[in-house]
Amino acid sequence: MVSYDDVPISDSSSEFDMLLNMGPQHPSTHGVFRMLLKIDGEVVTHAEPHIGYLHRGSERLTEVEQYHQVVTLMDRLDYLSNFNNEWVYCRAVEKLIGVEIPERAEYIRVILGELNRIASHLLFIGTFGLDIGAMTPVMFAFRGRERIQGLFESVSGARMMHNYFHIGGLKEDLPENFSDNISQLILRLREDIEETDRLLSFNELFVSRTKGVGIISKDLAIDYGWTGPGLRACGVRYDVRKSEPYSVYDRFDFKIPTTLDGDCWDRYFVRVMEMYESLSIVEQALEQMPEGPVNVLGRRLVRPPKNDVYMKAENPRGEIGIYLISDGSDKPYRLKVRPPSFCNLSALKELITDSYVADAVVILGSLDIVLGEVDR
Amino acid sequence: MDTDLGEYEMLGSIKGMFVTLKSTFKKPVTDQYPNKRRPVEARYMGFPALTWDYEVIEPYCTACMVCIRDCPTQCMTASMKDNVLYKEEKSHRRKIVDKFEINLNRCILCGICVEVCNFDAIVMSHEHEMSVHERNGDRVDLIELLDMGKRFQRDTKWIPPSQLKKRSSVSDKPPIVSPPDKDGI
Ligand code: SF4
Ligand code: SF4
Repeated sequence: MVSYDDVPISDSSSEFDMLLNMGPQHPSTHGVFRMLLKIDGEVVTHAEPHIGYLHRGSERLTEVEQYHQVVTLMDRLDYLSNFNNEWVYCRAVEKLIGVEIPERAEYIRVILGELNRIASHLLFIGTFGLDIGAMTPVMFAFRGRERIQGLFESVSGARMMHNYFHIGGLKEDLPENFSDNISQLILRLREDIEETDRLLSFNELFVSRTKGVGIISKDLAIDYGWTGPGLRACGVRYDVRKSEPYSVYDRFDFKIPTTLDGDCWDRYFVRVMEMYESLSIVEQALEQMPEGPVNVLGRRLVRPPKNDVYMKAENPRGEIGIYLISDGSDKPYRLKVRPPSFCNLSALKELITDSYVADAVVILGSLDIVLGEVDR
Repeated sequence: MDTDLGEYEMLGSIKGMFVTLKSTFKKPVTDQYPNKRRPVEARYMGFPALTWDYEVIEPYCTACMVCIRDCPTQCMTASMKDNVLYKEEKSHRRKIVDKFEINLNRCILCGICVEVCNFDAIVMSHEHEMSVHERNGDRVDLIELLDMGKRFQRDTKWIPPSQLKKRSSVSDKPPIVSPPDKDGI
């Protein structure tokens, strides 16, 4: 346990310095994250992030669960983008045993994954507004997210912990009323996103709180291993869906939104634009979706050959990687997750030093971390 | 950042106020929860429950332990006994469940037990409001599980999934639908 005495006293510290403990139950830390701030007046002179409050030993647990049970653990890593996590894990195991999943299953995975991306970004926009003091956007954002989760419930039976993607395809086919539901959902979702966008994006107060705050340069972001919207906000056009298209992403026509400044507003706006792109991907996937089976393996026990595999995918928060070693048994020998939130969070210290305390909250919010994934 | 918006600084707030004003006259989307409950979807996964065979008057479950081995949280236990009805040639189940317990506090509602069961014996019911006062109050035994299952069967007009598959290919015999208000115990 780190005590207050462990925080290094820099040369510039004066007797007026104060130590402020932010978290682990502070609402602006989006989970159980703790920061030890040394402040001089309103300015943060030193910051010491502490993680590990939500450590559940997910990686160790995978070693005692069979391959199909591990999917339930993947759900709980980044609990705002459950489908995306299940997806990358299932792809890793499928590569290990060398099966191709049916086309229909691929398309359904794309649709659900992209909807999950929108849901996650909507939550980000709502809570980011809340961090700044805007109370209304969170209501609108949650309404949109609620609609998506209603659809998820009708598809998988659960609102967040789905366990719907299985090794070799999906658990079951889509319900009968799915096509009606989703066409309605897309219409309403577009309205919801536009409304939130109108309300927040160019609001003068919002812009003056976020523009020019928490700037990170392109090189520094790359050095810290940033991925996802945070990196794209610095002007790097990197998206796993485009650079190494997996699944059926090469069949869709979509853009990768980027901005140049790398500040909080840019990180926000990249996500807003990404939601429109995701909607268009969902629409295209619905048009192209073929009929057919959705699972090739059924409920068979999976025993991959002795091998290892690294699989990456674009999660709402960045690039997630799964490194999986199999020793030929029915349980993974080792599973390592490369969590995007953790890498993005690592730059926090640099970002909030010499900023105002109020801006520290904004900067942390703009990183869009999920502690379940940082600590695992 | 320098914002030379001058007198327009307030415009954003006024626009925001306008949105609030507009929403005042909209129909609320919230439901007053304890008084009004939203219906759940047909596929909704609540807590697992055991089903009741109204034809033979016994549970479907034979305590074969498949679901217990496959549960990721190891929250179930069961034991089996010889089926009396089998000796009387009323049932085709040689063994039948004797004791069954699920610790619903540990259950993560993943649905794996339902997928692996070969006897249509376990379902994800629609029950989700199961908070109790005692620490171990959610350790439910066979009787409670069957009650939950019967409620689920009655409310959703449950047809065993294996029969559903058979019916789609050959439809000579009408499927067994559980009668609404008849309890077998
Ligand atoms: S519920 Fe099904 S799988 Fe589980 S013990 Fe009973 S019969 Fe076997
Ligand atoms: S739903 Fe999952 S956790 Fe719950 S009893 Fe069934 S297998 Fe176990």
